[in-house]
Amino acid sequence: MGVPTPPSSPLLTVNDLHVVFSTRDGDVSPVDGVSFEIRRGETLAMVGESGCGKSLTCLALLRLIPPPGHIPPPSQILLDGQDILTMAPEALRQVRGGRIGMIFQDPSTSLNPVLTVGSQVAEAIAAHQKASKRELKTRVITLFEEVGLPDPASRYGAYPHQLSGGQRQRVMIAIALAAEPDLLLADEPTTALDVTVQAQILELLDRIRRARGMSILLITHDLGLVAGRADRVAVMYAGQIVEEAATEKLFQSPAHPYTRGLFASIPKITGPKQRLAPIPGVVPRPSRWPTGCRFHPRCPDVLSQCAATAPPETRPAANHRSWCWLTEQPKAP
Amino acid sequence: MSTEPLLEVQDLVKHYQSGGWLSGTRQTTYAVNGVSFSINAGETLALVGESGSGKTTVGRTILRLQEPTSGSARFLGTDLFDMPRSALRKLRRRMQIIFQDPYSTLDPRMTVGSSVAEGLEIHRIVPRADITSRVHALLEEVGLDPDDAKKYPHEFSGGQRQRIGIARALAVEPHFLVCDEPVSALDVSVQAQILNLLLDLQRDRGLTYLFIAHDLAVVRHIAHRTIVMYLGYIVEEGTTDLLLTTPRHPYTQALLSAVPDSEAAQVADRIILPGDPPSPSAIPHGCPFASRCFHPEKDQRCRSERPVLRTLGQSQVACHYATEEEA
Ligand SMILES: Nc1ncnc2c1ncn2[C@@H]1O[C@H](COP(=O)(O)OP(=O)(O)OP(=O)(O)O)[C@@H](O)[C@H]1O
Ligand SMILES: Nc1ncnc2c1ncn2[C@@H]1O[C@H](COP(=O)(O)OP(=O)(O)OP(=O)(O)O)[C@@H](O)[C@H]1O
Ligand SMILES: [Mg+2]
Ligand SMILES: [Mg+2]
Repeated sequence: MGVPTPPSSPLLTVNDLHVVFSTRDGDVSPVDGVSFEIRRGETLAMVGESGCGKSLTCLALLRLIPPPGHIPPPSQILLDGQDILTMAPEALRQVRGGRIGMIFQDPSTSLNPVLTVGSQVAEAIAAHQKASKRELKTRVITLFEEVGLPDPASRYGAYPHQLSGGQRQRVMIAIALAAEPDLLLADEPTTALDVTVQAQILELLDRIRRARGMSILLITHDLGLVAGRADRVAVMYAGQIVEEAATEKLFQSPAHPYTRGLFASIPKITGPKQRLAPIPGVVPRPSRWPTGCRFHPRCPDVLSQCAATAPPETRPAANHRSWCWLTEQPKAP
Repeated sequence: MSTEPLLEVQDLVKHYQSGGWLSGTRQTTYAVNGVSFSINAGETLALVGESGSGKTTVGRTILRLQEPTSGSARFLGTDLFDMPRSALRKLRRRMQIIFQDPYSTLDPRMTVGSSVAEGLEIHRIVPRADITSRVHALLEEVGLDPDDAKKYPHEFSGGQRQRIGIARALAVEPHFLVCDEPVSALDVSVQAQILNLLLDLQRDRGLTYLFIAHDLAVVRHIAHRTIVMYLGYIVEEGTTDLLLTTPRHPYTQALLSAVPDSEAAQVADRIILPGDPPSPSAIPHGCPFASRCFHPEKDQRCRSERPVLRTLGQSQVACHYATEEEA
């Protein structure tokens, strides 16, 4: 395939992404100036509590924000340098379910209950590639094998309700993989599943990523899930990314008080047992986002300028970004 | 902690019948298949296991929110399953339940204050004149504002609604609380707030908890002892610390290994179980876990003979081949 691209070159570059909903009480921006990159073959995890804007960010990447929501300038979503936001309908169709595949949290609501799972996967293939009926069926069965569905040939004619939750999620993954995407968006792909099944699915996604050289955007509210599974992590709070780093770096030395608070809230399965130190309060709604640093009302380390002025991007270390006045302070000698 | 059990459950069985004879779709779900355990006063016993393993059914039948198929449950010396409903009402006061989603159990048209006051009125806990001040005290005890009494459930976040559910349960001064996944639907920060609250209430009021959960890390922080269920059977029981450091049953080992650990780098040796649990309508003859078991000695016996709980070190394990040595 021509000149090989350097492994670290970004597949997707998101610049200053905003998602705006116009309501009776004025405009709200549940996604408010988000920028990040996804490189070829890597897994980027996006974590944060409920309502932080993770799902909307994910939907925005495919221009799937439901009206009256919209994505205003100067937002940019560059796939290999081409802005998805200005693409013509036909080009956008090639991207959706083509170069970018997507799986959602709840597999039971995204499959059509009256069609066999085989025909739904076949349809996903046919939408992007020409193939005869026989070829389609063979391709579906191969995909079922790849996603580890037991007894793939006989599963072709099964209806969604005849499968377990984990098996339905495997079918959803097969659909997302049908057009051999370069990027898979996985929005809480295992939240509805049991822990042992959750481990199977994450393992599967990682195996496919390595085998196909695909990139993954893994969205989750569970920081623990990310360890050993993502290359980098972006932490979202109130519509913005507050910290981003290589996974190990983030786990070893989280810089942002929000990230540190998340870690302190998670009960550990090993090590000394301590009373949990939760972040007080809850994530505010988008119409009530605080001024300055949005985390300041819940922050244990709040400084005088935090309420007034949003913190700049700081670099606590190489490849480590944090938006916080603390890391902006000159280090004590 | 006293040594006399507060609750003693023997051979609890619950089978659900569904479908109709006429349509030929009648089937039996073997949700709970002979479960025995006891809980001491002031203790927290956790019930863990996959979805459909029968945890909620155990909790609900003990409170007789559902009728058991057979078995017995002695609470404060009386058999709950033998008791007429009228006598049960008095005991109800001592046994309360907190649900995963308190929103579905709070009446949306009732103020939070009236919801919390309901039990106080039914069981005449305090004189009428003192109800308001008691409601305010309860709201404060669970970390809410007395002014919240005037508001309606939809005005609260998930964590706040969970606090309201707890205040409502505490109103009748129970000894025993069934907590059915009380933090599963909450964000980690709010989950930690609620776990701390439950620990404080246990310390201050001497409460006894049956804590249903699927998150072993949560269980580690709250439970003295833990029972692991699979397909309606107990497969392992022991003190939580022992169970989590030296799990004996292969299923417990797999469950533990699947826990997303924010500190663990040892992803490589995670046990990934094949397949899904069998359907509770068609329970296999032998060991319920045999179809997914990875134990090197698994054999024909596992498929034909159901292992019973036996003592291994200080734990109880239902596995033919579990040993005291490290796995
Ligand atoms: N269609 C919509 N109209 C108005 N507001 C919306 C809409 N969809 C989402 N929001 C709001 O935008 C914010 C971000 O929502 P989003 O679904 O992206 O959160 P999330 O981080 O994915 O949370 P979760 O972990 O609960 O899935 C929330 O406060 C939500 O209420
Ligand atoms: N009212 C009912 N009628 C028929 N079957 C039921 C009923 N309630 C539960 N069951 C079945 O009994 C089995 C055990 O269910 P139960 O709710 O006790 O499991 P659980 O361990 O609490 O699962 P979860 O983690 O999903 O809450 C399941 O197969 C379930 O479908
Ligand atoms: Mg979401
Ligand atoms: Mg349950």
